[in-house]
Amino acid sequence: MKEKRNLLRRIGAAFLRFLEGAGKLTVFALRATSHCFRPPLYPRLIGQQMVDIGYYSLPVVGMTTLFAGMVLALQSYTGFARFSAESAIPNVVVLSITRELGPVLAGLMIAGRIGAAMAAEVGTMRVTEQIDALNTLATNPFKYLVAPRLIAGVTMMPLLVLVGDVIGVFGGYIVSVYKLGFNASAYIQNTWEFLEFQDVASGLVKAAVFGYLVALMGCYHGYQSRGGAQGVGAATTNAVVSASILILISNYIITEIYFAQ
Amino acid sequence: MTAAPKIKMTGVKKAFGPKVVLDGFDLEVLPRESVVIMGGSGSGKSVALKCILGLVTPDDGHIEIDGVEVTNLSRKDREAVNAKIGMLFQNAALFDSLSVWENIAFGLIQGRKMARDKARDIAHEKLAQVGMGADVGALSPAELSGGMRKRVGLARAIAGDPDIIFFDEPTTGLDPIMGHVIDDLIVKCVREVGATALSITHDMASARRISDRMAMLFKGKNIWQGPTSSVDESGNDHVDQFINGRADGPIQMEVFKP
Repeated sequence: MKEKRNLLRRIGAAFLRFLEGAGKLTVFALRATSHCFRPPLYPRLIGQQMVDIGYYSLPVVGMTTLFAGMVLALQSYTGFARFSAESAIPNVVVLSITRELGPVLAGLMIAGRIGAAMAAEVGTMRVTEQIDALNTLATNPFKYLVAPRLIAGVTMMPLLVLVGDVIGVFGGYIVSVYKLGFNASAYIQNTWEFLEFQDVASGLVKAAVFGYLVALMGCYHGYQSRGGAQGVGAATTNAVVSASILILISNYIITEIYFAQ
Repeated sequence: MTAAPKIKMTGVKKAFGPKVVLDGFDLEVLPRESVVIMGGSGSGKSVALKCILGLVTPDDGHIEIDGVEVTNLSRKDREAVNAKIGMLFQNAALFDSLSVWENIAFGLIQGRKMARDKARDIAHEKLAQVGMGADVGALSPAELSGGMRKRVGLARAIAGDPDIIFFDEPTTGLDPIMGHVIDDLIVKCVREVGATALSITHDMASARRISDRMAMLFKGKNIWQGPTSSVDESGNDHVDQFINGRADGPIQMEVFKP
């Protein structure tokens, strides 16, 4: 009986901790988002973050989507050849890349590259009292640290994904034309013919949401970190894991909203 | 007639979970006075300072700056109060991503919207005030030694000519000579700016050099305060033990003995 009560107590405590964490994150997100719309903004810092997220992530996202497109063409061919449906490969590649693989893979890569860096940077600032120093210098850390990262995340991710989409489709094209023997102009024509604006738009909306989530998780976990190097390490891990999970969950929700009949 | 206190803490309480850190702490600091709060590690000195700065919200009690209650200020009002405060953090807390001069001029550029060129000139002036050349201004904080970081932190603290300056363990981690240099700079800069200073330290040599008055924080309370010149004749066993660094006495450190 006592053991059961202890178990219930532990479950209850864990549930309360979860609610407390969710509440803290919600308040943090609302505060941070509100500062994105209220002056003063810091164009210099926003620009720096944009370069960091957009420009320096381009090689990683490009490589990821390129190989994703190539593998997709190869796998589709081995599957579709059984039903003599090889002509569907351009459609499968372009729809998969623009709707799903482009934004999701880019989101996960950015979570690893940028989310971790944000958590480490903000976390180090927290444990070395630099965030306290911002407060004493009459500067709001939400405005100075968090808002520029959120703005850069939301604006740069769609651009990254757009470039990633093009590279991913190009990857499928390379494999299909040079390895599988597709006609180049027919491949391109098939790709354009079945691609709709909504396919690309839904991917870009996802990208903006993922950019927001990655920046939010990086800043939130960094901001909450305590206790020196170990705390910063834990914040970095938590930022990447939570951003990745949220990306996958929100991906399903957005897909459901966009394409559910 | 005694001047109205610049800083007044009355019955300030703060606990973190079951650990009570401040338990009705009282302190008054007069204008242009330099007061040191002394106390052992973990006695709550930093928490007291952070309560005044608004970085930690007290559970109970009152804190006034220039007669204005500051415990429940809005973000905007708090920023206005903090604009007249300078702070030297224990490890200087310089911003890694900015150069030395940008660190010093940060409050001027971000807080007061001063033009960068003018702010840079002031930063170089302040660097000179703490005995450093303008060439240091272009360095990054990572290139500075511990003593240099403290001096840059001091320059940042006085950059806005604040009314009040806080010093958190100003000599911790420095060799005795550099500690003395920093103390002398603190005294000089506080005088030049005409500020009120509140410091926390457990370095007694430093405390004696920089303060007009001392207060002893023990178990969350201000158990003694008086002029620095009278600290050796305080008549308080806790103060006597602390300033003489004796292991035996009323203050018992929690040391595990197998």
